[in-house]
Amino acid sequence: MKLDRRDFMKFSGAAAAGIAVSGLGFDLKPVKSHAGMLKTRYAKETTTICCYCAVGCGAIVHTSKRGDGRVINIEGDPDHVINRGALCSKGSSLKQLTENENRLTEPMYRAPYSDKWQTVSWDWALDKIAERVKKTRDTSFETTNAKGQTVNRTTRMASVGSAAMDNEECWIYQALMRSLGLVYVEHQARI
Amino acid sequence: MTNHWIDIQNSDCILIMGSNAAENHPISFKYVTKAMEKGAPLINVDPRFTRTSAKADIYAALRSGTDIAFLGGMIKYILDNNLYNKEYTAAYTNASFLVDESFGFKDGLFSGYRKNSGDGPSMGGYDKSSWAFQMDDKGIPRMDKTLKDKHCVFQLMKKHYERYDIDTVVKVTGTAGKDLLKVYETYTATGKTGKAGTIMYAMGWTQHTVGTQMIRTMAMIQLLLGNMGVAGGGVNALRGESNVQGSTDHCLLWHIWPGYLKTARASNDTLEAYNKKYTPKSNDPLSANWWQNYPKYSVSLLKSFFGDKAIPENQFGYTWLPKVDDGAVYSWFDLFDAMYKGNLEGFFAWGQNPACSGSNASKIRKALEKLDWMVNVNIFDNETGSFWRGPGAEPSKIGTEVFMLPASVSVEKEGSITNSGRWMQWRYQGPKPLGNSRPDGDIIMELGHRIKEKYKASDGVFKHPILNLKWDYETNGAYDPHKAAKEINGYFVKDVTVKGKLCKKGTLVPSFAWLQADGSTSSGNWLYCNSYTEKGNMSARRSKKDAANNIGLYPEFAWCWPVNRRILYNRASVDPKGHPWDDKQWVIKFAGESKDGKYTSKKWLGDVPDGGWYPLENPDGTRRSDAKQPFIMRKHGFGQIFGPGRADGPFPEHYEPLECPVEKNYFSSRMVNPTAVVYSTKEDGHASCDPRFPFVGTTYRVSEHWQTGLMTRPQKWLMELQPNVFVEMSEELAKLRGIKNGERVLVSSARANLECTAIVTKRFKPFTIGYATVHQVGIPWHYGWRWPATGTEESANLLTPPAGDPNTRIPETKAFMVNVTKL
Ligand code: SF4
Repeated sequence: MKLDRRDFMKFSGAAAAGIAVSGLGFDLKPVKSHAGMLKTRYAKETTTICCYCAVGCGAIVHTSKRGDGRVINIEGDPDHVINRGALCSKGSSLKQLTENENRLTEPMYRAPYSDKWQTVSWDWALDKIAERVKKTRDTSFETTNAKGQTVNRTTRMASVGSAAMDNEECWIYQALMRSLGLVYVEHQARI
Repeated sequence: MTNHWIDIQNSDCILIMGSNAAENHPISFKYVTKAMEKGAPLINVDPRFTRTSAKADIYAALRSGTDIAFLGGMIKYILDNNLYNKEYTAAYTNASFLVDESFGFKDGLFSGYRKNSGDGPSMGGYDKSSWAFQMDDKGIPRMDKTLKDKHCVFQLMKKHYERYDIDTVVKVTGTAGKDLLKVYETYTATGKTGKAGTIMYAMGWTQHTVGTQMIRTMAMIQLLLGNMGVAGGGVNALRGESNVQGSTDHCLLWHIWPGYLKTARASNDTLEAYNKKYTPKSNDPLSANWWQNYPKYSVSLLKSFFGDKAIPENQFGYTWLPKVDDGAVYSWFDLFDAMYKGNLEGFFAWGQNPACSGSNASKIRKALEKLDWMVNVNIFDNETGSFWRGPGAEPSKIGTEVFMLPASVSVEKEGSITNSGRWMQWRYQGPKPLGNSRPDGDIIMELGHRIKEKYKASDGVFKHPILNLKWDYETNGAYDPHKAAKEINGYFVKDVTVKGKLCKKGTLVPSFAWLQADGSTSSGNWLYCNSYTEKGNMSARRSKKDAANNIGLYPEFAWCWPVNRRILYNRASVDPKGHPWDDKQWVIKFAGESKDGKYTSKKWLGDVPDGGWYPLENPDGTRRSDAKQPFIMRKHGFGQIFGPGRADGPFPEHYEPLECPVEKNYFSSRMVNPTAVVYSTKEDGHASCDPRFPFVGTTYRVSEHWQTGLMTRPQKWLMELQPNVFVEMSEELAKLRGIKNGERVLVSSARANLECTAIVTKRFKPFTIGYATVHQVGIPWHYGWRWPATGTEESANLLTPPAGDPNTRIPETKAFMVNVTKL
C-alpha cells in the first residue's frame, strides 16, 4: 500500500479534524497545515508563496504567539502541489529575509546636498511626498500636446516597480499613478 | 507560460535554451526530472555548461546572441526533412495564408524598410503594407491548403530559411555541427502526432536586440511541430520574479492598461474612437476574434477606476486618463534617457533597484542626480535610494531630496501573487510588519488619500481624475486586499439581466463573459474576472484533486487566468473533430452527443476549453458553421507562423548584437537589427569589433542570489555562499591573460570597469566563429556597492550596453563586448 504524507498522518492518528479537511475539496478558509503539528505549539501557522522566483512554491510560516510575535521558522509546504515541500536555497532562507537586522524599519529622509539620512515620521514623509507630487504635477501638467490633442498628463514624474508587490497592490498602485497623469510607468518586466 | 510548471512532466522532449532553470528556477526541475524518468530527453543549449547542462542528455554550446541562427537552422531541418506536423500546420496555423505579392526580403531587409534619419533611438522601421495577407471578396484571408502557392506563408518561410544551412549556422553560432544535428534530430521528433516538446526559456532570450524574434522563432517551431495547446508542450517563459506575471497582467508598463488593453494615444480622442481603434474585426464566422469584446473590458476598467463618477455622459472618465503621443515611446530606456537629460523632476521606485538592474547603470545613477525628489520604497536600503552616497558621488553636489519608505515583507501582509504558470495564489499574514515598516498597499492608500486631500483643500490643475478616483479599498482605516481583489474581479454595478439571468447590483461578476460595455459592470482587469466571485476567493483554493485527464492540472488548487484555464490554446490539442491528438495525455476532449454523423449537443471534458464551441468538424467530416478556430486571441483564429505584427519582420532573421566579435554577418550585409534602438548621450558608449574589447560578455544569475541581490545580499547564509561578484572564463582565456583562479581582475566595456574575482572553469570553451577563435565570459548581475558593506562588489550592469529590442525595448544585456585584464 502506498501512503502519501497525508495518509501517513491519518494512519498515525496525528491529524486533527480541522486539518483533515483543509487539503481536500474546496475550502476557502486560511489553511492550517498538518506540518505545523510537528512544530512548537505556541506558533501561529500561515501559508505563503515564496517571494523570489515565479515557480510559486508554497511555504509554511510559523509565527510566535508569545513574546515578540516574530517568525520562528519558514519551511516548504508539503501540501503545495507544485513544490510538495521542497524549496531552493532562496526559499529556504525566507526566515532570514523577514527577521533581518538590516531591514529598514523607519521612514528616512535625505535633504538636498546632505550627506546623511535622518529618521522621520510617516506622517511627515507622506505629507511632504504628497506636496512634491502636487507641485510637480501642477507645474508640468499638459492638457494638450504640440499638435493640440488632449493628453492630460505629466512627463516630469515617473514611477518604476513593482513585481515585488501583490496583485491587489499593483492594481491600486497603477490606478493612483494613472489618475495623477503619469505616462512614465514601468517595471521589472521591461528589463 | 502557455502551460505551467507541473505540465512539464508531460513532455516527450524538453529544450532549455536561454535559461538555466536548474539554478534559477530550481524547483521546476522536479518536473523536468519526472519527464526524464519517463524517457523524455533533456536538451540544453547555452554558451556555458551550466548545472542545467550537467543534467541534460544533449548539450550544445552557442555564442551569445546567435539563437535565431541556431533555431532558423532547425526550421530548415524540419522543412527539408518533412518533419512538420502536416495536419496541425495546415489546420491551425497561418501557413496556408497568401501574403501580398509585393512582399519581399533582400539582403537582411524586408520590404518597406525606412531608415530613421530623424531624432530618437530607433535605427529604422517598416511600412508594413506589403506584409498584409491577401483577402477574398468576403474579407477573409485567402488560403492554399496544399501549401504550394509561392505566395503562401509556408513557401515564403521555406525560402527565407533556405540560407540557414548547417555550415552557415555553425560558422555563426560556433556550435559543433554534430551537436547541432543531434539537437535538431531529437527535438523535431516531437512533430509526430501524439508527441509533445516544450521549450523553457528566460532572459537569455529576451535580453537581446533580437529578443522578441528569438522567441518567435521557437513559437514557429512549436506550431510546425504541433506543440501548442497540448500537454507537455507550449512556449514557456520562466519568469524571474514571484509576481512579475501579475504585475505585467495589471500592466505596470507605459504602453498597456490592466488586462493588456492599449494605453490611449493622443489621437484616440474619444472613448468611441479608442474602442474602435483597438477592437479588431474579422469577417470570418469561424474566427472567435476574442478581442472583439474589447469595449466591454475597457468600459468595465473605467468603471473600476472611477466608480459612480464614470457615466456615459463623461465617456466613463476616459478623458481623465493620460494619453501618450502617437509614435512616441515612454519605456524604461526612454524614461532614464529623459531623466539623464534633466527632463524629470520627481521619481518613485517601488521595490525595484534601477541603480543596479538597468542596463548601463552608471547612466541611471547619474540621471538620479538630476532629480528634484525621489521616493524609494523598499525592504532594505539599496543602491538606488542611497545613490547620492555611492561610489564617485559627491553628496554636497547632489540636490535630489530622497524619501526612503520601509516596506513590509510578503509574509507580513495578505494578498495574492501570480506565478509564471499564471496561477494566482493567495498568501496570508504571519507576523505583523517589523518596526514601523508598512505593506505597500497601506503606503499607496495613504499617499492617495493625502494627494486627494491636498487637491480638495486648494487649487490645482485638472482635479477630476484625482478627486473622482475610486479609493475605498479599506476596512477600519487599513488597506484591505480583499476589497481590491474583488474590484479587480469586478461587480455588477446595477441590476442587469445577462444571458437571461438577473444579476443583482453589488454582486461579483462570475466571469468575463458577463462583462458589459454599457457601464453596468466594473472589472479592474478582465483577465482576472472569475478569480474572486460570489463563491469566494478562488486563488485561496487548496484541493489536491486532479482533473479527469489526470495530467496534473489541479483545477481547484489556486486559480489560473483566464477563467481557470490551465493550458492556453487547448483547442489545438484536439483534431478538428474534437478528439485529442494524444489519447493518453489529453487536455480536453469533446464529449457531446451525435446523431447521423453530426454533433447534436456540446460538452467538453478536461481543462476549461478555450471557448466551449462545437469542434470544427462533425464525426462524418462535414465542416460546422458554428465552430471556432483554436487560436481565439488572434484576429483570424490561426497560430501565426507569419507574424506581421512585429517591428522587425514577419519572419525572424539573424542579426549580430550591437556589440559583437565578428566583422561579418554570414546571412546578410546587415550587421545589427535594422530596427534596434540605440541611445546616444555621452554616457551611451558602445564599441563593436574593437580590439580594446575582444571578448563576448554576458550576464547571468546564481541560485543563492536573486536579481540585483537586494533581497539576498543582506542575508548571512546566502552571502556566505556567494560572497563576490565574479567573472567566469575558460582555462584557455585565463592562460591567454595570465589569470589565476580566485584572482581579482578588471572587466571593462565601452561603458565602465568592474572589479571581479576570476573563476576559471571548464564550463566556458572558446568558440570558433567563422575562422576565428572567440572567447566568452559571464558575470552574475546580483551585486551592488551597498551590500556587502565592503562596497567592493559592484553591479555587472555597469558594463551592459545602451541598446534594446525594437518591439519591447528590453536591453541587450546578454551579449556585449568586454576586456578582461589582471589587476
Ligand atoms: S523556493 Fe526557489 S524555486 Fe521555489 S519559488 Fe522560491 S526561489 Fe523559486
